[in-house]
Amino acid sequence: MKTLVWVEHDNAQMKDATLAAVTAASKLGEVHAIVAGSGCQAVADQAAKVAGIGKVHLADDAAYANALPENVAPLIADLMGHHDAFVAPATTTGKNIAPRVAALLDVMQISDILSVEGDKTFTRPIYAGNAIATVTTSDEKLVITVRGTAFDKAATEGGSGEVEAVSGSGDAGLSAFVSEEIAKSDRPELTSAKIIVSGGRALGSSEKFEEVITPLADKLGAGIGASRAAVDAGYVPNDYQVGQTGKIVAPEVYIAIGISGAIQHLAGMKDSKTIIAINKDEDAPIFQIADYGIVADLFNAVPELTGKL
Amino acid sequence: MKILVPVKRVIDYNVKPRVKADGSGVDLANVKMSMNPFDEISVEEAIRLKEAGKAEEIVAVSVGPAKAQETLRTALAMGADRAILVQTDDEVEPLAVAKILKAIVEAEDPGLVILGKQAIDDDSNQTGQMLAALLGWGQGTFANTVEVGDGTIDVKREIDGGLQTVQLKLPAIVTTDLRLNEPRYASLPNIMKAKSKPLDQKTPADYGVDTAPRLTTSKVTEPPKREAGEILEDVDTLVAKLKEMGVA
Repeated sequence: MKTLVWVEHDNAQMKDATLAAVTAASKLGEVHAIVAGSGCQAVADQAAKVAGIGKVHLADDAAYANALPENVAPLIADLMGHHDAFVAPATTTGKNIAPRVAALLDVMQISDILSVEGDKTFTRPIYAGNAIATVTTSDEKLVITVRGTAFDKAATEGGSGEVEAVSGSGDAGLSAFVSEEIAKSDRPELTSAKIIVSGGRALGSSEKFEEVITPLADKLGAGIGASRAAVDAGYVPNDYQVGQTGKIVAPEVYIAIGISGAIQHLAGMKDSKTIIAINKDEDAPIFQIADYGIVADLFNAVPELTGKL
Repeated sequence: MKILVPVKRVIDYNVKPRVKADGSGVDLANVKMSMNPFDEISVEEAIRLKEAGKAEEIVAVSVGPAKAQETLRTALAMGADRAILVQTDDEVEPLAVAKILKAIVEAEDPGLVILGKQAIDDDSNQTGQMLAALLGWGQGTFANTVEVGDGTIDVKREIDGGLQTVQLKLPAIVTTDLRLNEPRYASLPNIMKAKSKPLDQKTPADYGVDTAPRLTTSKVTEPPKREAGEILEDVDTLVAKLKEMGVA
Protein backbone atom coordinates (compact mmCIF):
# COMPACT_ATOMS: atom_id res chain seq x y z
CA MET A 1 0.00 0.00 0.00
CA LYS A 2 1.25 3.48 -0.82
CA THR A 3 0.36 6.13 1.77
CA LEU A 4 0.40 9.92 1.63
CA VAL A 5 1.07 11.66 4.94
CA TRP A 6 0.00 15.26 5.58
CA VAL A 7 3.00 17.22 6.84
CA GLU A 8 1.88 19.82 9.35
CA HIS A 9 4.02 22.96 9.34
CA ASP A 10 4.10 26.76 9.46
CA ASN A 11 5.98 27.11 6.14
CA ALA A 12 9.31 27.14 8.01
CA GLN A 13 9.23 24.27 10.48
CA MET A 14 7.66 20.82 10.36
CA LYS A 15 5.42 20.17 13.40
CA ASP A 16 5.93 17.15 15.65
CA ALA A 17 2.36 15.95 15.11
CA THR A 18 3.49 14.78 11.65
CA LEU A 19 5.79 12.17 13.15
CA ALA A 20 3.11 10.04 14.80
CA ALA A 21 1.19 10.03 11.51
CA VAL A 22 4.33 8.79 9.74
CA THR A 23 4.59 5.90 12.22
CA ALA A 24 0.93 4.98 11.69
CA ALA A 25 1.32 5.18 7.91
CA SER A 26 4.44 3.01 7.96
CA LYS A 27 2.31 0.21 9.43
CA LEU A 28 0.23 0.30 6.26
CA GLY A 29 3.04 0.39 3.71
CA GLU A 30 5.26 2.74 1.76
CA VAL A 31 5.22 6.31 3.11
CA HIS A 32 5.08 9.39 0.91
CA ALA A 33 4.44 12.86 2.26
CA ILE A 34 2.76 16.01 1.01
CA VAL A 35 4.13 19.40 1.97
CA ALA A 36 1.65 22.04 0.81
CA GLY A 37 2.52 25.62 1.61
CA SER A 38 4.19 28.76 0.40
CA GLY A 39 7.96 29.21 0.48
CA CYS A 40 8.16 25.91 2.32
CA GLN A 41 11.17 24.20 0.69
CA ALA A 42 12.82 23.99 4.13
CA VAL A 43 9.89 21.96 5.43
CA ALA A 44 10.15 19.56 2.50
CA ASP A 45 13.86 19.11 3.27
CA GLN A 46 13.04 18.36 6.93
CA ALA A 47 10.35 15.89 5.91
CA ALA A 48 12.72 14.13 3.52
CA LYS A 49 15.02 13.38 6.47
CA VAL A 50 12.28 11.73 8.55
CA ALA A 51 12.98 8.02 8.89
CA GLY A 52 10.55 6.07 6.75
CA ILE A 53 9.49 8.77 4.29
CA GLY A 54 10.42 7.67 0.78
CA LYS A 55 9.19 10.63 -1.21
CA VAL A 56 8.05 14.16 -0.45
CA HIS A 57 5.59 15.87 -2.78
CA LEU A 58 6.14 19.61 -2.50
CA ALA A 59 3.31 21.91 -3.59
CA ASP A 60 4.66 25.44 -3.20
CA ASP A 61 2.00 28.01 -4.02
CA ALA A 62 0.70 31.15 -2.28
CA ALA A 63 -2.76 29.53 -2.28
CA TYR A 64 -1.49 26.79 0.05
CA ALA A 65 0.21 29.13 2.57
CA ASN A 66 -2.44 28.72 5.27
CA ALA A 67 -3.60 25.19 4.47
CA LEU A 68 -7.08 26.38 3.50
CA PRO A 69 -9.00 23.15 2.92
CA GLU A 70 -10.86 24.55 -0.10
CA ASN A 71 -7.50 24.88 -1.88
CA VAL A 72 -5.55 21.99 -0.41
CA ALA A 73 -8.16 19.20 -0.52
CA PRO A 74 -8.39 19.08 -4.35
CA LEU A 75 -4.58 18.89 -4.55
CA ILE A 76 -4.55 15.91 -2.19
CA ALA A 77 -7.50 14.26 -3.94
CA ASP A 78 -5.47 14.46 -7.19
CA LEU A 79 -2.40 12.91 -5.55
CA MET A 80 -4.64 10.13 -4.22
CA GLY A 81 -4.94 8.99 -7.83
CA HIS A 82 -1.66 7.18 -7.23
CA HIS A 83 -1.76 6.64 -3.47
CA ASP A 84 -3.94 4.25 -1.46
CA ALA A 85 -4.25 5.99 1.88
CA PHE A 86 -4.22 9.62 3.02
CA VAL A 87 -2.98 9.85 6.60
CA ALA A 88 -3.19 13.09 8.58
CA PRO A 89 -2.47 13.89 12.22
CA ALA A 90 -5.70 14.54 14.17
CA THR A 91 -4.78 18.20 14.71
CA THR A 92 -7.19 21.03 13.96
CA THR A 93 -5.54 21.28 10.52
CA GLY A 94 -5.81 17.55 9.84
CA LYS A 95 -9.41 17.47 11.05
CA ASN A 96 -10.24 20.41 8.81
CA ILE A 97 -8.74 18.96 5.63
CA ALA A 98 -9.09 15.16 5.79
CA PRO A 99 -12.92 14.89 5.70
CA ARG A 100 -12.99 17.26 2.73
CA VAL A 101 -10.54 14.96 0.93
CA ALA A 102 -12.61 11.90 1.92
CA ALA A 103 -15.80 13.36 0.47
CA LEU A 104 -14.03 14.31 -2.77
CA LEU A 105 -12.91 10.67 -3.02
CA ASP A 106 -16.34 9.36 -1.92
CA VAL A 107 -14.89 7.41 1.02
CA MET A 108 -15.68 7.36 4.75
CA GLN A 109 -12.90 8.78 6.85
CA ILE A 110 -11.66 6.81 9.83
CA SER A 111 -11.13 9.42 12.54
CA ASP A 112 -8.55 9.53 15.28
CA ILE A 113 -7.13 6.00 15.02
CA LEU A 114 -5.42 4.44 18.04
CA SER A 115 -3.94 1.40 16.27
CA VAL A 116 -3.55 -0.29 12.92
CA GLU A 117 -4.97 -3.82 13.14
CA GLY A 118 -4.75 -4.74 9.47
CA ASP A 119 -4.75 -3.23 5.96
CA LYS A 120 -8.27 -1.90 6.46
CA THR A 121 -8.90 -2.43 10.15
CA PHE A 122 -8.26 0.10 12.90
CA THR A 123 -9.26 0.90 16.46
CA ARG A 124 -10.65 4.31 17.35
CA PRO A 125 -12.20 5.93 20.41
CA ILE A 126 -15.91 6.74 20.52
CA TYR A 127 -18.09 8.30 23.23
CA ALA A 128 -15.27 10.49 24.56
CA GLY A 129 -12.97 7.49 24.79
CA ASN A 130 -15.37 5.56 27.02
CA ALA A 131 -15.45 2.87 24.33
CA ILE A 132 -12.96 1.68 21.74
CA ALA A 133 -14.37 0.50 18.41
CA THR A 134 -12.62 -1.85 15.99
CA VAL A 135 -13.67 -0.78 12.50
CA THR A 136 -13.00 -2.16 9.04
CA THR A 137 -13.56 -0.12 5.92
CA SER A 138 -14.84 -1.44 2.62
CA ASP A 139 -13.60 1.61 0.72
CA GLU A 140 -10.80 1.12 -1.77
CA LYS A 141 -8.95 4.30 -0.82
CA LEU A 142 -8.43 5.14 2.84
CA VAL A 143 -8.59 8.50 4.58
CA ILE A 144 -7.38 8.40 8.16
CA THR A 145 -6.61 10.82 10.98
CA VAL A 146 -4.18 9.68 13.65
CA ARG A 147 -4.28 10.32 17.40
CA GLY A 148 -0.79 11.63 18.19
CA THR A 149 -0.54 10.11 21.67
CA ALA A 150 -1.25 6.59 20.37
CA PHE A 151 1.81 6.23 18.12
CA ASP A 152 5.54 6.72 18.68
CA LYS A 153 7.13 9.58 16.84
CA ALA A 154 9.18 8.68 13.79
CA ALA A 155 12.83 9.77 13.99
CA THR A 156 13.53 13.16 12.44
CA GLU A 157 16.89 11.98 11.10
CA GLY A 158 18.01 9.02 9.08
CA GLY A 159 15.69 9.24 6.10
CA SER A 160 16.74 10.17 2.59
CA GLY A 161 13.51 10.78 0.76
CA GLU A 162 13.49 12.56 -2.59
CA VAL A 163 11.60 15.82 -2.97
CA GLU A 164 9.42 16.15 -6.04
CA ALA A 165 7.58 19.34 -6.96
CA VAL A 166 3.88 18.98 -7.73
CA SER A 167 1.29 21.56 -8.62
CA GLY A 168 -2.44 21.74 -8.09
CA SER A 169 -5.21 24.02 -9.14
CA GLY A 170 -4.26 26.63 -6.52
CA ASP A 171 -6.88 29.07 -5.25
CA ALA A 172 -10.41 27.68 -5.42
CA GLY A 173 -11.77 31.21 -4.88
CA LEU A 174 -14.01 30.16 -1.98
CA SER A 175 -12.03 31.34 1.03
CA ALA A 176 -9.29 33.68 2.13
CA PHE A 177 -7.00 33.83 5.13
CA VAL A 178 -7.56 36.99 7.18
CA SER A 179 -5.48 36.79 10.35
CA GLU A 180 -4.13 34.58 13.08
CA GLU A 181 -3.65 35.05 16.82
CA ILE A 182 -1.08 32.51 17.83
CA ALA A 183 0.09 32.53 21.43
CA LYS A 184 3.86 32.84 21.65
CA SER A 185 5.22 30.85 24.53
CA ASP A 186 8.49 29.27 25.58
CA ARG A 187 6.59 26.51 27.30
CA PRO A 188 6.49 23.00 25.86
CA GLU A 189 3.51 22.40 23.58
CA LEU A 190 0.74 20.52 25.34
CA THR A 191 0.73 17.60 22.94
CA SER A 192 4.45 16.96 23.37
CA ALA A 193 5.03 18.13 26.97
CA LYS A 194 6.49 15.58 29.43
CA ILE A 195 4.75 17.26 32.36
CA ILE A 196 1.48 19.17 32.28
CA VAL A 197 0.03 21.30 35.04
CA SER A 198 -3.66 21.84 34.41
CA GLY A 199 -6.11 24.11 36.16
CA GLY A 200 -9.89 24.08 36.53
CA ARG A 201 -12.77 26.29 37.48
CA ALA A 202 -11.81 26.21 41.16
CA LEU A 203 -9.02 28.68 40.37
CA GLY A 204 -11.75 31.31 40.20
CA SER A 205 -10.14 33.95 37.96
CA SER A 206 -7.47 34.43 35.34
CA GLU A 207 -5.32 36.29 37.91
CA LYS A 208 -5.46 33.35 40.32
CA PHE A 209 -4.81 30.90 37.49
CA GLU A 210 -1.66 32.84 36.61
CA GLU A 211 -0.66 33.25 40.26
CA VAL A 212 -1.11 29.60 41.29
CA ILE A 213 -0.57 27.48 38.17
CA THR A 214 2.21 29.34 36.36
CA PRO A 215 4.90 29.21 39.12
CA LEU A 216 4.42 25.46 39.55
CA ALA A 217 4.63 24.91 35.80
CA ASP A 218 7.77 27.07 35.68
CA LYS A 219 9.38 25.01 38.45
CA LEU A 220 8.64 21.76 36.64
CA GLY A 221 9.29 23.03 33.10
CA ALA A 222 5.74 21.93 32.36
CA GLY A 223 3.13 22.77 29.77
CA ILE A 224 -0.06 24.42 31.02
CA GLY A 225 -3.49 22.98 30.36
CA ALA A 226 -7.00 23.72 31.52
CA SER A 227 -10.44 22.19 31.81
CA ARG A 228 -13.24 23.36 29.57
CA ALA A 229 -14.81 25.16 32.54
CA ALA A 230 -11.68 27.26 33.02
CA VAL A 231 -11.53 28.13 29.32
CA ASP A 232 -15.25 28.95 29.13
CA ALA A 233 -14.85 31.20 32.17
CA GLY A 234 -12.12 33.07 30.32
CA TYR A 235 -9.25 32.25 32.70
CA VAL A 236 -7.09 31.04 29.79
CA PRO A 237 -7.33 30.93 25.96
CA ASN A 238 -8.99 28.09 24.05
CA ASP A 239 -5.73 26.45 23.02
CA TYR A 240 -5.17 25.40 26.66
CA GLN A 241 -8.20 23.11 26.69
CA VAL A 242 -7.62 19.43 27.35
CA GLY A 243 -10.52 17.07 26.69
CA GLN A 244 -12.83 15.26 24.29
CA THR A 245 -13.04 18.22 21.96
CA GLY A 246 -9.85 19.99 22.98
CA LYS A 247 -6.35 18.58 23.03
CA ILE A 248 -5.61 14.93 23.72
CA VAL A 249 -2.51 14.62 25.87
CA ALA A 250 -0.53 11.78 27.42
CA PRO A 251 2.43 13.22 29.34
CA GLU A 252 4.60 11.38 31.87
CA VAL A 253 2.96 13.39 34.64
CA TYR A 254 -0.38 15.23 34.57
CA ILE A 255 -1.18 17.40 37.56
CA ALA A 256 -4.89 18.30 37.73
CA ILE A 257 -5.51 21.23 40.03
CA GLY A 258 -9.05 22.19 40.98
CA ILE A 259 -10.42 19.99 38.21
CA SER A 260 -13.36 17.81 39.23
CA GLY A 261 -12.92 15.36 36.36
CA ALA A 262 -15.91 15.47 34.00
CA ILE A 263 -15.81 12.57 31.50
CA GLN A 264 -15.14 15.08 28.72
CA HIS A 265 -11.96 16.20 30.50
CA LEU A 266 -10.85 12.67 31.40
CA ALA A 267 -11.17 11.77 27.71
CA GLY A 268 -8.31 14.13 26.97
CA MET A 269 -5.79 13.06 29.64
CA LYS A 270 -6.52 9.60 31.02
CA ASP A 271 -3.69 8.02 29.04
CA SER A 272 -1.15 10.08 30.98
CA LYS A 273 1.42 7.87 32.69
CA THR A 274 0.98 9.30 36.17
CA ILE A 275 -1.97 11.45 37.18
CA ILE A 276 -1.84 13.64 40.27
CA ALA A 277 -4.95 15.43 41.51
CA ILE A 278 -5.27 18.26 43.99
CA ASN A 279 -8.87 19.04 44.90
CA LYS A 280 -10.67 19.93 48.09
CA ASP A 281 -13.66 17.73 47.25
CA GLU A 282 -12.72 14.19 48.21
CA ASP A 283 -15.61 12.84 46.11
CA ALA A 284 -14.38 14.52 42.91
CA PRO A 285 -14.33 11.94 40.08
CA ILE A 286 -10.73 12.89 39.24
CA PHE A 287 -9.60 10.90 42.32
CA GLN A 288 -11.02 7.71 40.81
CA ILE A 289 -8.38 7.77 38.10
CA ALA A 290 -5.55 9.63 39.83
CA ASP A 291 -2.46 7.72 40.92
CA TYR A 292 -1.83 10.21 43.70
CA GLY A 293 -4.29 12.60 45.23
CA ILE A 294 -4.23 15.35 47.80
CA VAL A 295 -7.49 16.46 49.34
CA ALA A 296 -6.77 20.06 50.16
CA ASP A 297 -7.50 23.66 49.33
CA LEU A 298 -5.47 24.28 46.19
CA PHE A 299 -4.69 27.86 47.23
CA ASN A 300 -2.68 26.44 50.15
CA ALA A 301 -1.42 23.17 48.73
CA VAL A 302 -0.13 24.39 45.36
CA PRO A 303 2.00 27.31 46.60
CA GLU A 304 3.38 24.97 49.28
CA LEU A 305 4.23 22.40 46.61
CA THR A 306 5.86 25.04 44.40
CA GLY A 307 7.87 26.27 47.37
CA LYS A 308 9.16 22.81 48.29
CA LEU A 309 10.27 21.78 44.79
CA MET B 1 -31.02 34.41 3.88
CA LYS B 2 -32.20 31.00 4.97
CA ILE B 3 -30.09 29.01 7.45
CA LEU B 4 -30.09 25.22 7.58
CA VAL B 5 -29.19 23.65 10.93
CA PRO B 6 -28.65 19.90 11.11
CA VAL B 7 -29.12 18.40 14.60
CA LYS B 8 -28.41 14.93 15.98
CA ARG B 9 -30.02 12.99 18.80
CA VAL B 10 -27.25 11.54 20.96
CA ILE B 11 -26.61 10.23 24.45
CA ASP B 12 -26.92 13.08 26.97
CA TYR B 13 -23.49 14.52 27.68
CA ASN B 14 -23.87 13.96 31.44
CA VAL B 15 -24.41 10.21 31.04
CA LYS B 16 -21.43 7.90 31.31
CA PRO B 17 -21.64 5.49 28.39
CA ARG B 18 -21.51 1.76 29.16
CA VAL B 19 -20.14 -0.78 26.75
CA LYS B 20 -22.45 -3.78 26.20
CA ALA B 21 -21.15 -7.04 27.65
CA ASP B 22 -21.25 -8.77 24.26
CA GLY B 23 -19.01 -6.11 22.71
CA SER B 24 -21.59 -5.13 20.12
CA GLY B 25 -21.73 -1.46 21.03
CA VAL B 26 -22.70 1.01 23.70
CA ASP B 27 -25.85 0.38 25.70
CA LEU B 28 -28.41 3.06 24.83
CA ALA B 29 -31.50 1.33 26.26
CA ASN B 30 -33.18 3.53 28.88
CA VAL B 31 -30.43 6.10 28.60
CA LYS B 32 -31.25 9.80 28.54
CA MET B 33 -30.87 11.21 25.03
CA SER B 34 -30.50 14.88 24.11
CA MET B 35 -29.52 17.17 21.29
CA ASN B 36 -25.80 16.96 20.54
CA PRO B 37 -24.32 19.89 22.54
CA PHE B 38 -22.49 21.33 19.51
CA ASP B 39 -25.76 21.31 17.57
CA GLU B 40 -27.45 23.33 20.32
CA ILE B 41 -24.74 25.92 19.74
CA SER B 42 -25.53 25.81 15.99
CA VAL B 43 -29.24 26.38 16.60
CA GLU B 44 -28.45 29.25 18.98
CA GLU B 45 -26.12 30.90 16.47
CA ALA B 46 -28.74 30.65 13.72
CA ILE B 47 -31.34 32.26 16.02
CA ARG B 48 -28.94 35.07 16.91
CA LEU B 49 -28.29 35.75 13.22
CA LYS B 50 -32.03 35.86 12.64
CA GLU B 51 -32.52 38.19 15.60
CA ALA B 52 -29.78 40.42 14.18
CA GLY B 53 -31.65 40.64 10.89
CA LYS B 54 -29.07 38.61 8.97
CA ALA B 55 -31.41 35.68 8.32
CA GLU B 56 -35.12 35.27 7.69
CA GLU B 57 -35.76 31.59 8.21
CA ILE B 58 -34.18 28.73 10.14
CA VAL B 59 -34.78 25.15 9.04
CA ALA B 60 -33.68 22.38 11.41
CA VAL B 61 -32.91 18.94 9.94
CA SER B 62 -32.25 15.61 11.58
CA VAL B 63 -31.31 12.26 10.07
CA GLY B 64 -32.26 9.51 12.48
CA PRO B 65 -34.99 7.46 14.14
CA ALA B 66 -38.58 8.60 14.76
CA LYS B 67 -37.51 9.81 18.21
CA ALA B 68 -35.24 12.39 16.60
CA GLN B 69 -38.53 14.32 16.29
CA GLU B 70 -38.03 15.26 19.95
CA THR B 71 -34.66 16.76 19.08
CA LEU B 72 -36.23 18.73 16.23
CA ARG B 73 -39.00 19.95 18.56
CA THR B 74 -36.28 21.20 20.90
CA ALA B 75 -34.74 23.15 18.00
CA LEU B 76 -38.19 24.53 17.13
CA ALA B 77 -38.79 25.49 20.77
CA MET B 78 -35.45 27.34 20.83
CA GLY B 79 -36.51 29.32 17.78
CA ALA B 80 -36.14 27.39 14.51
CA ASP B 81 -39.07 27.99 12.13
CA ARG B 82 -39.63 24.54 10.70
CA ALA B 83 -38.07 21.11 10.66
CA ILE B 84 -37.34 18.17 8.40
CA LEU B 85 -36.89 14.66 9.76
CA VAL B 86 -35.15 12.23 7.42
CA GLN B 87 -36.27 9.11 9.18
CA THR B 88 -34.24 5.90 9.29
CA ASP B 89 -33.47 3.33 11.95
CA ASP B 90 -30.14 2.51 10.36
CA GLU B 91 -26.96 4.04 11.62
CA VAL B 92 -26.06 6.63 9.00
CA GLU B 93 -22.40 7.50 8.58
CA PRO B 94 -21.19 11.10 8.16
CA LEU B 95 -20.61 10.65 4.40
CA ALA B 96 -24.21 9.53 3.83
CA VAL B 97 -25.54 12.26 6.14
CA ALA B 98 -23.56 14.79 4.10
CA LYS B 99 -25.11 13.42 0.89
CA ILE B 100 -28.63 13.72 2.33
CA LEU B 101 -27.88 17.26 3.52
CA LYS B 102 -26.54 18.14 0.07
CA ALA B 103 -29.86 17.10 -1.46
CA ILE B 104 -31.75 19.15 1.14
CA VAL B 105 -29.51 22.16 0.46
CA GLU B 106 -30.27 21.85 -3.24
CA ALA B 107 -34.01 21.81 -2.50
CA GLU B 108 -34.00 24.55 0.18
CA ASP B 109 -31.27 26.86 -1.17
CA PRO B 110 -29.95 28.18 2.18
CA GLY B 111 -27.21 30.81 2.35
CA LEU B 112 -25.57 29.18 5.32
CA VAL B 113 -25.46 25.74 6.93
CA ILE B 114 -24.36 25.66 10.58
CA LEU B 115 -23.40 22.26 12.00
CA GLY B 116 -21.87 21.07 15.26
CA LYS B 117 -18.18 20.31 14.79
CA GLN B 118 -18.65 16.78 16.06
CA ALA B 119 -21.27 14.53 17.60
CA ILE B 120 -20.36 13.31 21.07
CA ASP B 121 -21.31 9.71 20.27
CA ASP B 122 -19.10 8.73 17.33
CA ASP B 123 -16.73 11.72 17.72
CA SER B 124 -16.15 11.69 13.95
CA ASN B 125 -15.87 15.43 13.25
CA GLN B 126 -16.53 15.00 9.50
CA THR B 127 -20.04 15.90 8.35
CA GLY B 128 -19.61 19.66 7.88
CA GLN B 129 -16.34 19.35 5.99
CA MET B 130 -17.81 16.59 3.80
CA LEU B 131 -20.92 18.64 3.02
CA ALA B 132 -18.71 21.60 2.08
CA ALA B 133 -16.73 19.37 -0.30
CA LEU B 134 -19.86 17.89 -1.91
CA LEU B 135 -21.36 21.36 -2.45
CA GLY B 136 -18.08 22.99 -3.46
CA TRP B 137 -18.55 25.60 -0.71
CA GLY B 138 -16.13 27.19 1.71
CA GLN B 139 -15.94 25.83 5.26
CA GLY B 140 -15.34 27.66 8.53
CA THR B 141 -14.80 24.85 11.02
CA PHE B 142 -14.52 25.04 14.83
CA ALA B 143 -16.05 28.52 14.90
CA ASN B 144 -15.44 30.78 17.87
CA THR B 145 -17.04 33.91 16.34
CA VAL B 146 -18.91 34.49 13.09
CA GLU B 147 -19.70 37.74 11.37
CA VAL B 148 -21.95 37.86 8.33
CA GLY B 149 -20.93 40.53 5.82
CA ASP B 150 -22.15 41.41 2.35
CA GLY B 151 -21.95 38.13 0.45
CA THR B 152 -19.24 36.89 2.78
CA ILE B 153 -18.83 35.51 6.28
CA ASP B 154 -15.83 35.95 8.57
CA VAL B 155 -15.23 32.95 10.79
CA LYS B 156 -12.79 33.09 13.69
CA ARG B 157 -11.70 29.49 14.25
CA GLU B 158 -10.31 27.72 17.33
CA ILE B 159 -7.08 26.07 16.17
CA ASP B 160 -4.33 24.22 18.03
CA GLY B 161 -2.10 27.27 18.43
CA GLY B 162 -4.81 29.86 19.11
CA LEU B 163 -7.29 31.53 16.78
CA GLN B 164 -7.44 31.95 12.99
CA THR B 165 -9.85 34.11 10.99
CA VAL B 166 -10.91 33.18 7.46
CA GLN B 167 -13.31 34.89 5.10
CA LEU B 168 -15.65 32.68 3.09
CA LYS B 169 -17.86 33.44 0.14
CA LEU B 170 -21.53 32.80 0.86
CA PRO B 171 -23.15 30.34 0.66
CA ALA B 172 -20.88 28.55 3.12
CA ILE B 173 -20.58 25.92 5.83
CA VAL B 174 -19.82 26.74 9.46
CA THR B 175 -19.12 24.18 12.19
CA THR B 176 -19.41 25.28 15.80
CA ASP B 177 -16.97 25.09 18.67
CA LEU B 178 -17.77 25.47 22.36
CA ARG B 179 -17.10 29.18 22.76
CA LEU B 180 -19.31 30.41 19.90
CA ASN B 181 -22.22 31.12 22.24
CA GLU B 182 -24.20 29.83 25.20
CA PRO B 183 -27.40 28.20 23.98
CA ARG B 184 -30.67 29.42 25.47
CA TYR B 185 -33.19 27.25 27.22
CA ALA B 186 -36.57 26.98 25.54
CA SER B 187 -39.31 28.66 27.56
CA LEU B 188 -42.50 26.76 28.34
CA PRO B 189 -44.67 28.91 26.02
CA ASN B 190 -42.13 28.34 23.23
CA ILE B 191 -42.16 24.59 23.88
CA MET B 192 -45.94 24.67 23.50
CA LYS B 193 -45.71 26.78 20.35
CA ALA B 194 -43.10 24.43 18.86
CA LYS B 195 -45.67 21.62 18.82
CA SER B 196 -47.58 23.35 16.06
CA LYS B 197 -44.58 24.35 13.94
CA PRO B 198 -44.30 22.37 10.67
CA LEU B 199 -42.23 19.17 10.71
CA ASP B 200 -41.83 17.35 7.38
CA GLN B 201 -41.10 13.65 7.33
CA LYS B 202 -38.84 12.19 4.67
CA THR B 203 -36.66 9.14 4.12
CA PRO B 204 -33.13 8.81 2.71
CA ALA B 205 -34.71 7.21 -0.38
CA ASP B 206 -36.64 10.46 -1.03
CA TYR B 207 -33.26 12.06 -1.64
CA GLY B 208 -31.91 9.08 -3.59
CA VAL B 209 -29.11 8.50 -1.07
CA ASP B 210 -27.74 5.03 -0.41
CA THR B 211 -26.98 4.86 3.33
CA ALA B 212 -25.25 1.46 3.24
CA PRO B 213 -22.31 1.79 5.65
CA ARG B 214 -18.72 1.79 4.42
CA LEU B 215 -17.35 0.94 7.84
CA THR B 216 -18.23 -2.14 9.85
CA THR B 217 -17.63 -2.27 13.57
CA SER B 218 -16.54 -5.76 14.59
CA LYS B 219 -16.34 -5.03 18.29
CA VAL B 220 -16.59 -2.34 20.91
CA THR B 221 -14.58 -2.70 24.08
CA GLU B 222 -13.96 -0.83 27.29
CA PRO B 223 -10.78 1.23 27.31
CA PRO B 224 -8.03 0.05 29.66
CA LYS B 225 -9.20 0.82 33.18
CA ARG B 226 -7.29 3.09 35.52
CA GLU B 227 -7.51 2.20 39.16
CA ALA B 228 -7.82 4.85 41.82
CA GLY B 229 -4.43 5.32 43.45
CA GLU B 230 -3.60 6.58 46.91
CA ILE B 231 -4.58 9.72 48.71
CA LEU B 232 -1.41 11.29 50.08
CA GLU B 233 -1.36 12.82 53.51
CA ASP B 234 0.42 16.02 52.74
CA VAL B 235 2.40 18.01 50.24
CA ASP B 236 5.71 16.64 51.55
CA THR B 237 4.69 13.12 50.56
CA LEU B 238 3.81 14.39 47.08
CA VAL B 239 7.18 16.12 46.79
CA ALA B 240 8.84 12.81 47.70
CA LYS B 241 6.79 10.97 45.04
CA LEU B 242 7.72 13.56 42.40
CA LYS B 243 11.38 13.12 43.32
CA GLU B 244 11.02 9.33 43.02
CA MET B 245 9.61 9.84 39.54
CA GLY B 246 12.58 12.00 38.69
CA VAL B 247 10.55 15.06 37.76
CA ALA B 248 11.55 17.23 40.71
